[in-house]
Amino acid sequence: MQKRHIVPFVYILFLLLPIYWLVAMSFKTTNEILSGFSLFPQTFTLANYKVIFTDPSWYWGYINSIIYVSLNTVISILAALPAAYAFSRYRFLGDKQLFFWLLTNRMAPAAVFALPFFQLYSSVGLFDTHLAVALAHCLFNIPLAVWILEGFMSGVPKELDETAYVDGYSFPRFFATVFLPTIKAGVGVAAFFCFMFSWVELLLAKTLTAVAAKPIAAAMTKTASSAGYELGLLAAAGTLTIIPGAIVIYFVRNYIAKGFAMGRV
Amino acid sequence: MKTQYQKAWFFVLPVMLLVAFNALIPIMTVVNYSVQETFGDNVFFWEGLGWFEKLLQSERFHAALGRQFMFTGLILVIEVPLGIAIALAMPRSGFWVPVCLVTMALPMLIPWNVVGAMWNIFTLPDIGLLGYFLNHTLGINYDMTQNPVAAWITIIIMDVWHWTSLVVLLSYAGLVSIPDAYYQAAKIDGASNWSVFRYIQLPKMKNVLTIAILLRFMDSFNIYTEVFVLTGGGPGNSTTLLSIDLVKIALGQFDLGPAAAMSLIYFAITLLVSWLFYTLMTKDDAK
Repeated sequence: MQKRHIVPFVYILFLLLPIYWLVAMSFKTTNEILSGFSLFPQTFTLANYKVIFTDPSWYWGYINSIIYVSLNTVISILAALPAAYAFSRYRFLGDKQLFFWLLTNRMAPAAVFALPFFQLYSSVGLFDTHLAVALAHCLFNIPLAVWILEGFMSGVPKELDETAYVDGYSFPRFFATVFLPTIKAGVGVAAFFCFMFSWVELLLAKTLTAVAAKPIAAAMTKTASSAGYELGLLAAAGTLTIIPGAIVIYFVRNYIAKGFAMGRV
Repeated sequence: MKTQYQKAWFFVLPVMLLVAFNALIPIMTVVNYSVQETFGDNVFFWEGLGWFEKLLQSERFHAALGRQFMFTGLILVIEVPLGIAIALAMPRSGFWVPVCLVTMALPMLIPWNVVGAMWNIFTLPDIGLLGYFLNHTLGINYDMTQNPVAAWITIIIMDVWHWTSLVVLLSYAGLVSIPDAYYQAAKIDGASNWSVFRYIQLPKMKNVLTIAILLRFMDSFNIYTEVFVLTGGGPGNSTTLLSIDLVKIALGQFDLGPAAAMSLIYFAITLLVSWLFYTLMTKDDAK
């Protein structure tokens, strides 16, 4: 190990400390937490996790979140693929303006949209459905997906398209069997970022749901009000929200950094 | 290079419709509210630009905007150099690279309110790891709910914890794309570490750094959930950033007109500053 490697080492230690504390808390009893400071759980308990896995209002939160996040990722990628192809291959009237307009939506503060979103989705009868949250998250995920995919597609030489047409491929067949496999890393990266931003967003998800599609992150707020302040339960619920992200990131670990590096700015 | 092909619009149509549904209709709703006054029951009166004038003169708005710029400024000044430094010190190959990347990306995948809750638990004066360490081991009087300075330091450290990795990952992507031949040439010329950084690494990282700075600006300027869960905007109003104030007015007091006017000014500032950053950072490419 070289001397300079101490920098990332210390940084990672700093990243892991609050996470360790959250996980440690989740294995403590409420009594132990309130009675004072302890570095490790003294009376190791799984009771907090048991509550979450047996109470439908808790575990449905996870299922709801996973449903709308997956739905959003699929919609975003399917819509972004043809658009990214158009931006990377063709010039058309207003293409640059359109690309910039898409990106401006990435800059809109979610707080600005909370109330109008509530009214819009109520008026079309989608309030408190998974589809509402999935569609609302398209606002910032589609621009990002188009941006990332366009970067990857521009890296594929145009000769590939031309050769395929000469060989007699139709456009849909070329796109599905030749083009998509060559940019599958890009699709993976774009899907990862859609998953990530939809999974971590709460303000819109909470505004657009009441009971049926309530995300886990919103379910957590109830620990503060009902039955005092159950820190152990809150910590267990928080710990469980880290797991899906950790799994997804493991699969795309070699592509994440590359995804942004190839995007155009 | 690219072919002119107007039918390409059909490729873009699904994206257009989805984003327009989500962006244009709500923005028009906001514009609509911003020029009217209501006393409930869906009765509206024309207010013209009154809300904008009042808002631009209000002390409360100036204070929230000032806090917002201070927060974003501090975040950029700390996270960008720190992120570059960590990326430079990271190993370029071997077993530890994926380990570093995965652990570093972890904070970014935690839901934002969990980040706030986690830091709350971490900093509780008597039972949090950091809070206990500061109060009982070091003997510093640290209580985020009482002391505005402590609250500010905590939200800054929380954001550094949460987002510095984005700068690290992007800078690292720029660094690994530099061919070895560049470094060998620099060695032959006897270049110092500083000039290797200044004339080889920094220019090669410029594109990804532009993205990193833009994303960090937008996201820190729009930050809401983490800070709201951690401090609730307090103590007093000391950490009431722009978006927290906006939600207070819109959903707390239900003052639709002023909230809408504030939304539009907020969005306009974000757009303007992003555009300025973008133009400044890509200025050299245009020449």
